[in-house]
Parts: sequence; C-alpha cells; structure tokens
Amino acid sequence: MISTEARQRIGNILYRYKMILILLAIVLFLSIASNVFLTSGNLINVVKQISVISIVAVGMTFVILTGGIDLSVGAVLAVGGVIAARMTKNEIAPLFVVILTACATGGVLGFINGTLVSRLKVPPFVMTLGMMSIARGISYVYTEGRPIVNFSKNFLFIGQGSIWVIPMPVVIMLSIVVLGVIVLNYTKFGRYVYYIGGNTEAARVSGINVEWILTFVYTLVGALAGLAGLVLTARLNAGQPQAGLSYELDAIAAVVIGGTSLSGGIGSVSGTLVGALIIGIINNGLNLLNVDPFYQLIAKGVVICGAVILDTQTSIKGK
Amino acid sequence: MIKNDFILQMKDISKHFPGVQALSNVNLNLKKGEVLALVGENGAGKSTLMKILLGVYQPDAGDILIKGNKEVVHNPNTALHKGISMIHQELTLISQRSIAENIWIGREPKASIPCFINWKELYNKTEHLLESLELDFNPRKLVRDLSVAGQQMVEIARALSYNAEIIIMDEPTSALTEVEVERLFRIINGLKSVKVSLIYISHKIDEIFELADRAMVLRDGQNVGEQEHGQFDKKNLISMMVGRDITAFFPKKKLPPGDVVFEAKNLRIKGSFENISFKVREREMLGIAGLMGAGRTEIVRAIFGIDKLDSGEIYLNGNAANISHPHQAIQKGIGFIPEDRKKDSLALVRSVKENISITILGEFCRKLFISKSAELNNCQNMIKLLSIRTPHYNQLVNFLSGGNQQKVVLAKWLSTKPRILILDEPTRGIDVGAKAEIHRLMSNLAEEGLAIIMISSELPEILGMSDRIIVIHGGRIKGEFSREDATQEKILECAVGN
Repeated sequence: MISTEARQRIGNILYRYKMILILLAIVLFLSIASNVFLTSGNLINVVKQISVISIVAVGMTFVILTGGIDLSVGAVLAVGGVIAARMTKNEIAPLFVVILTACATGGVLGFINGTLVSRLKVPPFVMTLGMMSIARGISYVYTEGRPIVNFSKNFLFIGQGSIWVIPMPVVIMLSIVVLGVIVLNYTKFGRYVYYIGGNTEAARVSGINVEWILTFVYTLVGALAGLAGLVLTARLNAGQPQAGLSYELDAIAAVVIGGTSLSGGIGSVSGTLVGALIIGIINNGLNLLNVDPFYQLIAKGVVICGAVILDTQTSIKGK
Repeated sequence: MIKNDFILQMKDISKHFPGVQALSNVNLNLKKGEVLALVGENGAGKSTLMKILLGVYQPDAGDILIKGNKEVVHNPNTALHKGISMIHQELTLISQRSIAENIWIGREPKASIPCFINWKELYNKTEHLLESLELDFNPRKLVRDLSVAGQQMVEIARALSYNAEIIIMDEPTSALTEVEVERLFRIINGLKSVKVSLIYISHKIDEIFELADRAMVLRDGQNVGEQEHGQFDKKNLISMMVGRDITAFFPKKKLPPGDVVFEAKNLRIKGSFENISFKVREREMLGIAGLMGAGRTEIVRAIFGIDKLDSGEIYLNGNAANISHPHQAIQKGIGFIPEDRKKDSLALVRSVKENISITILGEFCRKLFISKSAELNNCQNMIKLLSIRTPHYNQLVNFLSGGNQQKVVLAKWLSTKPRILILDEPTRGIDVGAKAEIHRLMSNLAEEGLAIIMISSELPEILGMSDRIIVIHGGRIKGEFSREDATQEKILECAVGN
C-alpha cells in the first residue's frame, strides 16, 4: 500500500519529468522494434537532423516564455543562410565575420520585430507573420531565386565536419542550449523573461523595462535564426532562398512539447531540447520502421497534440 | 426529520491540493430563507468550500445534500440547474459586451428566425431586472464603461436572474460605497422574504452582524464554531477566526513627523485629476479618501511613473524628480502596492521567492548572474517578517490565499527598502487577522522613518491609521483634515462633493 503522501511525491516527480519519461519510453520502444535504432551511427544522425531547428527553438523558447511568438524564424533563417552563402562564396571576409554577419542580419530583422511588438504594441503573431513574408521575399530577391552553391572546406566544416565523433552542427546546438539554460536560470535577464510572461503589467510596475527586454528577446531569436541559416547552408553546401520553410512550426512544436506554455511564464530550454529530440526520434523511428514519410507528418502532429493535452490535463495552473 | 428545514447540507467535506490540506471534515448547514455568514481568515478554506459547492472542484470525501437529496455537482452549470448560483469576489464579466449580454449569456431570448437573438426582448428583460434592483443602468452600456462598483452590481443582477434558491456572495461589498451597500442589504432582505437562502462570505464583521442569521467560522480548513443572531459577539468571533485574541485593530501611532520627503505640486492628467498638491513627511501617514472612481488610483499611478503626467512637479527631499517609469521611482526610493494584486503585482505562475525578489534582482547580481543564496536569504527574511503562510518558497503564488498573496506583494516592495511607500487599498478583501498584521507593519515602518501614502475606501481604516487625510472628489482635492479634526461625516461629505 502506497501512502497518499508517497503517491503525491511520485506524482510530482512524474509531472516534472514527464517529457523526459516519454522520451525514454519512445527510445525503449524503438530499441526493441528496430535493431538499428540504438547504434551510435543512427543516434548521431538523429541529433544531427534536429540541430538546425533546435538552434532556432532555443530562441523561440525565450519568445514564447514572454507570452509572444515568432513566425518569421524560418524566413529569417533563409536570409541568414543566403547572405552567409554569398559572403563566403565571394571570399569577402574571414569566416568569423561571415558568422557575425549572419547573426547580425537575423538580429536586425528580429530587432524590427521586437521594436514594433513592444513599442507600437503590434500583436506578435501579426508582426512576425508579416516579417515572415518580408524576409522570405528578401532572400528570394537577394539570390534572384537561385541557390548559391559550392563553398570552401573551411566553411563546410561548420555543417559537415565534426569534433571527435560529434558533428559540428550538434556542437553548435549544444553550446547554444547550454548558453540558453544558463541565461534563463541564472541571469537577471532570464528571470525578467519569465516574469514578463507571468504578468507583463506586474513586471512593468515592478520596475522592469519591459519594452527593452521584449525587443532584446526578438532580436535574440532573430540572431539565432541567422546562425541556424548559416549552419544549414554549410550542411547542404547550398544557400537556398527557400530554406527553412515551415521551420517556425517545428520550432514551436519542440518548445510546446518540451513543456513551455504558449501563454508564457512557464517552461525551459532543456524542455525544448527534449521536445526536439522527441520529434526527431519519432521521425527517425518511423523511417527505420519503413513507415511512409507522409505518415511522419501525421505522427508529428499527433505528438504535438498529445503533448499539449497532457500539459493541460495535468497543469499546475489550477484544477 | 428536521432535515426538511435544511435546503443545503455539506457533510464532512475534505479537499486536498498539492502541498496543503485545504478542508478537513467540514460541515455546513443552510436553512431555507437563512443568511449564513461564512467567516474565516484568508486561507481558512471558505473559497474552496464554495467552489466545491459550485462544482468547480470535486471533494476528496464528503457529501452534498440539496433539499435532503444527495447530489453530485459536476460543474458550475450543474450547480445552476440545481439552484445554486454565486457572485464571485473577482469579477467574471466580459468587459467588451453590454450589460444585457453579460447577464443573459447562454440564455438569450430567441428570435423567430432560428439561431438569432431577440434583442428587443433581451434589453427589456434586462431593464426590468435592473429596475427591480434599483439600478439605473442602460442595458446596452458596455461593462467596461462601468465603474468597478457598477460591475459588481451587474454580477449581482446576473446571479439573481437565475432565480437561484441558494446564492453565495463572496465579499460582495468590497468595491461598494456605503450607499451601494445599503442598497445591497435591501436586496438581500428582499430575497430572504421570498425564502432564498444566502451564504455570505465577508471579512466585514459589522456587516455580518447586521445581515446574518448565523455566522459560521472556519479556520485552517476546519469548523471552529458558530454564533446565532441574538448572541453575536465580535471579540469571540474574531478569536475563533484567528485562534487568538486580537486587541488593537488600528494601532494609533503618534509619531513626531520629520522632514518633508515628498511633495506633489499641481499634478494633472486631463480627464482624470488636476490641481493635486500635497506633502508627506517622514514618519507620517497620509490617507487619501474618496469614492471609487474619484481619481485616487490614477494619481498614485502617475506619481509612480506608470502613467504619464500632463503637468505638475514632484519633489523628493526638496529636489525635483522626473519619474517616467516605475524603474526610476524605485531607484528614488518609492514603493507602490497596487489596488489589484492579481492584475498588477503578481506573476501567479511564478514562485513566492521569484515574486518577492523581482523588484531588487539587481542587488543579488554579481555581473550578470543571480546569487541564489542572497536571494534566498532575503526571501526567507521577508516570509518571516510578514508571516507569509506558504508550504515552501518555491510554491506558486497562485496557490496562496488572498491575504498571503497580498503579503507577498508587500514583501516585494519592502525588499526595495523604500523611503516612501504608496499603498492602494492595502487591506481590501483581507481577513481581520492579516489586516491587523498589515496595519501593525505599516506603523512599524512609519516608526522607522518611512513616509506612507495610503488610499482606502474604508473609513474606519482611514480614520484610524492616518495622521492627515485628503479627500478626492472628481479628480480634485475637496478636503484636508488632520486626524484630530476628521470625522466619518466630514470625510463622506467631501467625498460626495459637498
């Protein structure tokens, strides 16, 4: 007989780590269902597949925590990618300048989002929807609709090289995740992000410069999207204006599955990583089990719905 | 059996939430046509008990009997069908819709064309209902254009429109003026005469003694005792509520005032207030009285930098201060406790600790990083100082009772070590025990040298706590009194504009 107190303790633990437990459950299932799944080659592949979106998703976590949303990240990613492509192709500048430029370009677009959202009070959904079109247009104009291909070995290393056995995109992703976790949990800025999402008006009355923080958050996700674009370009050996299509949805999915609430104030970067892994592993699993790729789309959608349902049913916001 | 007398019996109700046993074996009996006052400190379990009755929560154990029959109330809709309706403390109206739409939502009279509403009848019905309650509102008026008191009256109208047999009122007079309270009492007595039964939750003991047939006390989720109408005893009731004797309510502090630390000159926001000038000294408490909607909250919000002044100057310690954002006000040593704690002061989904430290996070930071130990230290000090009842400092503020939430708000502002503290209705909706604590605290703060500005709509509070009182009416200062000169009548007269 388990006492009520013990049952509650277990319940609390289950609740807090529910997404990780689900992830482990899926991993367990797939390692039984397929003898290829648990191999290092496959696992590294999975993590590599989710790395570009995860970089964006870390930034998206910040945005959603403030109670906002950014639909333009896929398009901004493309802009970053093509600008990096042309810069490195024409060998204008050293690699780190290219990286900085990709981030800066994304950052500027994000800054515009943030400024209009926070100071002119344009609803984030609308603002970033508009920016999505604008940025996508920019990437097509910039490339005249054609991909930019064939880059130097140096540049390609970012997308295709590896440190020991860990692919570079994964290294970059993990660094961003760690930075994100540190910033959110240990810095003043991170705490302000949570508080603004919890109650924007109360944050303002408490002396937080809400406008500035919001602007910075959107700038941040823009910069991360620019970086992600560069990494993708290096991975594919091509800077494509149509890159990142619907990445915003995948990023949002990862964030939501990872336990961040769309109304803001609750969530974590580590959760987002778990969310991205869940999506990536399910896709990978379905591939290994030879499931029709179209079914994978449905699977992803089911997982998203399932995660949100689980969240609302067990929500600590109040029963 | 005598059971026929009881329209409602709640038997041995228990309810548990993560970290807290909210109710243990609570019993409540309500006779037909009776007004039962439900009394207890914040956190005693009153709201929880009522939410169970309404079907918002399900009890872990216990039964509900309505008219002698065991019932299960699945949700508020079921409750309505069983004749139970509630007027909540927090307003539940849709501000962008009209009074009529709010009252009849879900039950709009149908037009001859299917799916369409018969608007004419809707407005007619509403007019009749409002008239019967002596309310002079246009049924087409949007709820957001009403004052807080007006909105509360609409809530009452809506609850009554369900022709419920059991009506629960949760702090119905917290936002009402004396005139409106009289009106409400007339309505309640009217309901009694047609055998409607009421459960009346309130912290205002004098009101309860005037209105109720019986008063039932809860403490820490358990029954403590009852008093009947003939034997109402305030002292005994309070000691049942808090478990100890409370002597002084408003510790009168007579302190020698110090220098002028705050001066406002000719503050003005077009349409809200104008010609507002006053001074506050160290160790002094300035009470700002007036009716709801007089402009008092607008004045202090402008002083604190939330809203922008059209004209006027503010001087701190003799120096002109330009405050355009709360951040600057905090830097200059001003603290502000807003009227509506849920809307303006607390992030409910964050923890007690985070809410307390948010105002001074910078002080715990080395470079960019928060020192968790420094933060925790402050938090624990505050919890102790203010006797905040929470199972743990990481508890989400959402789960705290109203009084304890208000203490968290106080903690967060006291953390900034202000020299001037502005409080807007600091003890609204808070039980007697916590109220006395907060008043004692304010006295202590004044003794330590703070200048305090307090807005209150409770005359006894204003009269008991303030050293000086200014009365606002229609956005202007209509009267100024020292504590010795002031009386309830004088203040009221100024407040209504004579």
